[in-house]
Parts: sequence; C-alpha cells; structure tokens
Amino acid sequence: MAATLDGQTGEYREVVATGLWREMPVFRMLLGTCPTLAVTAAVKPALTMGLCVIFVLVCSNLMVSLMRKALRPHVRILLFTLTIATFVTIADLFLRAFQPRMSEVLGPYVPLIIVNCVIIWRAEARASNSGVLVSIVDGLAMGAGFTIALCILASIREILGTGHLFEIQVLPKAFPPWAAMGLPVGAFLTYGFVLGFINFLKRKRA
Amino acid sequence: MDLVYTLLTGFVSVVLINNLVFTKFLGICPYIGVSGRIDMAFGMGLAVTFVMTLSGTLTWMIDHWLLMPLGLEVARYVTFIMVIAAAVQLVEMYLKKFFPPLYESFGIFLPLITTNCAILGLCLFLVVWGTATLIEAVVLSFGGGIGFTIAICIMAGIRENMQMVDVPEALQGAPITLITAGLLALAFMGFAGMI
Repeated sequence: MAATLDGQTGEYREVVATGLWREMPVFRMLLGTCPTLAVTAAVKPALTMGLCVIFVLVCSNLMVSLMRKALRPHVRILLFTLTIATFVTIADLFLRAFQPRMSEVLGPYVPLIIVNCVIIWRAEARASNSGVLVSIVDGLAMGAGFTIALCILASIREILGTGHLFEIQVLPKAFPPWAAMGLPVGAFLTYGFVLGFINFLKRKRA
Repeated sequence: MDLVYTLLTGFVSVVLINNLVFTKFLGICPYIGVSGRIDMAFGMGLAVTFVMTLSGTLTWMIDHWLLMPLGLEVARYVTFIMVIAAAVQLVEMYLKKFFPPLYESFGIFLPLITTNCAILGLCLFLVVWGTATLIEAVVLSFGGGIGFTIAICIMAGIRENMQMVDVPEALQGAPITLITAGLLALAFMGFAGMI
C-alpha cells in the first residue's frame, strides 16, 4: 500500500515538474504564443487570461479524461475542440458578467483560447490516456506554468512601459516610460529576449 | 462610389495597418514554424488566405442570418470552430479530387490551419469590428489572408538571409525570429497614419 502511494505521489510530482518547468508551454515548448504576446501589456489582463486558461484547461482535461475510453481516433480532435469551446464560452460569459472591464480589454483573445495549442496538446498528450486526478493535476500545473510565464513577461512590459506594476507606481516618476513596450513591438522584443536569456542560462548550466 | 471607398480603405487597413500578425499577434505559431523557406511560406500563406476567405464569409453568414435572428449568440464560438473545421475538411477533399497538384503543394499545411488562430481570430474580429455587409466581410477576410501572406513571406526572406549571419548562440532559432518580428512590427507601425 505504502509503495503504491509513494508511486502515486512520485507521479504527481513528475506531472507538476513537467508543467511548471520541464515542458512549460511558453518558454520551453513555444506553445500558446498568440495570447502570450497579445495580453501581456499589463499584469492584470495577463493574470486574468492565465486564470481563464487554468479554468478551461482543468475542465477540458477532466472531461476528456472521463470520456477517454469512448474516444474514437477520427472524431477525437473534433470532440476535444467542442469541449474546449464550451468551457471557453462559459469563461467568456463569466468574465463579461463579473469583470466587464477586463472582458473589454481582452476582447476576442478570450474566445481565442479555443485554438490555444496548449489545451489541445494536454488533452491529446495527457488527459486522453490518464486517470481523472492526474489529468486535473496536469491541467493545474500546466495552467500555472502558463500563467507564471505570462505574468513574468507582463511585469517586464508594464514596469518598463509605464513605470507601474498592477497600476501602482514602482519606478520613480523621473523614469521616462518606454511607450514602445506597450505596443506590439515591445511584445515581440520582450518575448524574444526573455527566451534568449533562458537559452543563455541553460547553456551556462550545461 | 462610397461602397468602393469603404471596401478599399478596409482592405488596406486590414492588410497593412491592422496586419493580423504584427498588430493582433494571430497566427504566430505557423509564423515561427514555417517561415524558414520562402516557397513554403508562400504556400502556407496561400492556403491560409483561401481558408480564411471561405470561413470568414461562412461564419459571417451564419452569424448574421442564423445566430443573431434566433438569439443564439451564446453558441457563437462553438459554431465558428465547427464551421472552420468543416471548411478545412471540405477544401481538403475538394482539392484532393479536382486539383491534385495544388493539393500536393498545400498538403501538409491544410490540417494545421484548423488550429491556426489567425482564422478563428479573423472571424471574431469581424464580429468586433461590426462588419455590416456580406461584401465587407468577404473583402476583410481576403485582406486578412493577404496580410498574413505578406508578413510570412517578408519573414521567410529575412530568415533565408539570416542563415549567413553570425547570430549569438543563445538567440538562435525562435528568439531571433521574435526579435526580427518585433522590428518588422515597428516598421509596420509606420503605416498607421495612412488612413
């Protein structure tokens, strides 16, 4: 009994490590780049986006894991997409009702979670062949990895672009804000340089 | 004359000023993935333009003539993604049967397009922009595809030349592509004052 329990905890640890670092979607696998670039002009929308993705990811992983035995190869992707689209609709309606301002800022990028490759990748790689609990933990870990990455990029862009963090002044007023950081240019450059920095760290350690 | 003017400005705006790749960050995955060679990039661009025009038009028609009168806007996202998946399948089957050479050249890209966020993104932006007439929807979706093709071809050209450049080791691959895209986005900002 103890051995199986240990085995299970080991599996969960593995799943969490995979989501948070080893196969972190944004920095290691380069998946989900579209929202990564689009909503990271400030931390608040990035965090909202991350939470939406966690919700959709956990729910879709749960559903896919529940119906994994009934899945047939040729309708698999279609079923995944429909499941995801349903939960995204729920998330979108929830945001519109309770966070109307955020919903306006994020705009069509909330429905675009449907085609976020991270979610369909997890459905395919984990949920369609694992138990319910493992799939849920996987959804949480992957979603958390995604959210953390989004928040890192968004903090860099918000601090340099406006001198604020979470809309609170953090840099002295004398600091000239780099307006470009809030524009598409800043998104591409920040993402590129952060990726380069991570590669640099990996190379140093190897 | 008014209509022609609206359509023309809409087209130019969606190709250059509101370019899907550089200002809306849509279709970044294929943008980084297949922009290595210019012929592949062009093939991908054409396939995307084709599917985008088709699905943009179809989703507009379904949205305005079916979902809105029936008050079914809640089902919009589910419907859109179904329509896009079906459109891609149809295009694939049609090309396979009637234009085998074209199918050969599109081959690998077509299934990938279903999950290309540029397609769904454009359909959603048509809703956000409040596209009022069918002809506008057709022109805007075609323009979106052309914008994507231009962006991916420019990038492929730059990357072909970049193979001869000494890029710092840590920046090789995706990072330098993103930085290049950033500089291109900066250049495309220059179009902002055009209209």
